[in-house]
Amino acid sequence: MSKFRYIFIGFMLTFLSSWVGLVVLPVWGLGNFKQTPDPATGEMIPPLLSSLEKEGRAIYIANGCIYCHSQQVHPARVRTDIERGWGVRRTVARDYMNQEIAQMGTMRTGPDLSNIGVRNPSETWHFLHLYDPQITSKGSNMPPFAFLFDKKKKDPKNPAKDALTFPAGFGPGAGYEVTPTHEMRALVAYLQSLKLSSYEIPEAPAARIESLEK
Amino acid sequence: MNPKIAPAADPEAVEKSRLQRLEIDRAARWPVGIFIGSSLVWLILGSVLAIAASIKLHDPAFLAENAWLTFGRVRPAHLNIVAYGWLSTAGIGIGLWILSRLCRAPIRDNRSLTLAAVLWNMGNAVGTWGILRGDSTAVEWLEYPTYAAPFLLVSFAFVMLESVGLIRRRPPGHIYISQWYIMAAFFWFPSLYFTAHGLLVLAPVQAPAQPPINWWFAHNALGLWFTPIGLGAAYYLIPKIIGRPIHSYYLSIIGFWSLAFFYAWNGMHHLIGGPFPAWLITASVVASVMMFIPVITVAINHHFTMVGHFKKTIYSPTLRFVVFGAMCYTLASFQGSTMAIRPLNSITHFTHYTIAHAHLGAYGFATMVFFGSIYYIMPRLLEREWPSRFLIRVHFWSCAVGFIGYFVFLSWGGVLQGLEMNKDTTPFLEIVANTMPYLKLRTVSGSLMTLGHLAFVTSFCWMVIRHRASSGEPTLFTNRVPDPDPIP
Repeated sequence: MSKFRYIFIGFMLTFLSSWVGLVVLPVWGLGNFKQTPDPATGEMIPPLLSSLEKEGRAIYIANGCIYCHSQQVHPARVRTDIERGWGVRRTVARDYMNQEIAQMGTMRTGPDLSNIGVRNPSETWHFLHLYDPQITSKGSNMPPFAFLFDKKKKDPKNPAKDALTFPAGFGPGAGYEVTPTHEMRALVAYLQSLKLSSYEIPEAPAARIESLEK
Repeated sequence: MNPKIAPAADPEAVEKSRLQRLEIDRAARWPVGIFIGSSLVWLILGSVLAIAASIKLHDPAFLAENAWLTFGRVRPAHLNIVAYGWLSTAGIGIGLWILSRLCRAPIRDNRSLTLAAVLWNMGNAVGTWGILRGDSTAVEWLEYPTYAAPFLLVSFAFVMLESVGLIRRRPPGHIYISQWYIMAAFFWFPSLYFTAHGLLVLAPVQAPAQPPINWWFAHNALGLWFTPIGLGAAYYLIPKIIGRPIHSYYLSIIGFWSLAFFYAWNGMHHLIGGPFPAWLITASVVASVMMFIPVITVAINHHFTMVGHFKKTIYSPTLRFVVFGAMCYTLASFQGSTMAIRPLNSITHFTHYTIAHAHLGAYGFATMVFFGSIYYIMPRLLEREWPSRFLIRVHFWSCAVGFIGYFVFLSWGGVLQGLEMNKDTTPFLEIVANTMPYLKLRTVSGSLMTLGHLAFVTSFCWMVIRHRASSGEPTLFTNRVPDPDPIP
């Protein structure tokens, strides 16, 4: 046993080195961010999520949006994220401090969503896009999320106020109407809240970052 | 390997060694058999979900009406099932059996191990159900919700206890490199899982610190769990089958320590360009490039041991699968090192190229080595031969050809996707359209791989229920044995 004991101590020590370097140090260095006042408005940034937005984030997580959509804008010297309009500056660590569960992602089958709340603020657009992506983005391979909508027989005397209006060729068919469920409203509220690098923050003032990168 | 154990000349010692192996195999029959048998259920389920997810990427309306089957749930269900249901379950069984053989100690407590197998499978079932019903954590490689984790950890505690028992009961003397790898894996994996699940799911640290922990875990699930089990199995099986010792024992030790140290530091190359300190990512890029050391040592050892014996892959199913796997290991590791280099990473990261690479490691290497190991272990556990040469052939060729297609098509599509994504003039939907042919070819290749899995499972069930009387001789690809070596 004595000989194996040394091997055991050895391989647990190599493991421990990575545990200290890649777990403890990141938690120590990246796990204690605080909000800071916006120099222009005095509001605390990054903003907190509302309870509806948090519900929406849970829907985003449950349905695995992360497997196709990242939430990180890379600097111009790495990728063309900024030219593509996915953000005015790269995202920095503090931008994520209120996200609670990081959804930075590792795949871009679909576009980055860091700043989708700025790029596409329209609630109607999101409802249509999520109901059937082909309505707004023909040729997309994003799945439809019609299961987060209610489809009902239309009452001609009392149509739902929040029923979606579809372009020709789409929609639930004559005599039916489609309304977003509470989950869908929460999800869209969360998407609209995604403005991860749309404000200035001391460590990443938009102008300075851009000039540095060019 | 150890010349002291079985001096071939002494018939009494040979018989004693044979009886000892028989005793070891009989003690392992139930626990190892259950681990391996149940892993095949997950293999099939994982393959079905893989095909569903693959179809969804080129035909998004496929099975899209039901929340349980939306892409964002089917994909993590596939990943977790193949990682924890198939690879881990089979890996535990294979690891325990090889450990028991090399320690020359029978498994003592097979009731607790059988309970461990049941708990492990329950953990997977509960976890998969959790993902599909919408409780996924969306932490990559850790999607099983918290309520599945206790099953896995308790089960693993039993496995660790038994593995320590085997090491303690071994006769004094030499410890073979496979024992190092397997013991290390049995301790690394629970340490990884416990840390990551605790800090990311149970009591999450602040969000900016989560991705480093996530990728420390996810990369090491391959590097410090499947890889050491796969390498341990290859180091055991290749010399066993060709009947000559490993090329260089000293190299295998260098390989072990350099893998233990560098692989553990690899994961941050998944975060290049992200909002993290440069030192963190650079440390991982360096460690990833340093992986050339363990990989070259292992490659020299595996391939130089094989030199002059490649003809034996004509008849030995185990050897053919394991050699295929060992080659994929070399390839996957070289590729992985290059993918960590920043300029190349900026093309391949965020694309299907990474998915192809992950399959080269988890499928081309780990899965193929595990298939080979199961071909070797099962006849010894059940004392009966594989029933059909034809099914083994179908298994090998479907998986090998299907996988090569999978890898080539998806890598090609991924590079195009990455190059186009870096040109801001190419509209995003045009990139999506350009990847379509490759995604469709992936579905075709994946279906071929699944066909191979079905042949394997048919063969396995046939063997277990004794549908056909065994010939009493090993089932080989062909009877034309190329040289007079005894077939182990």
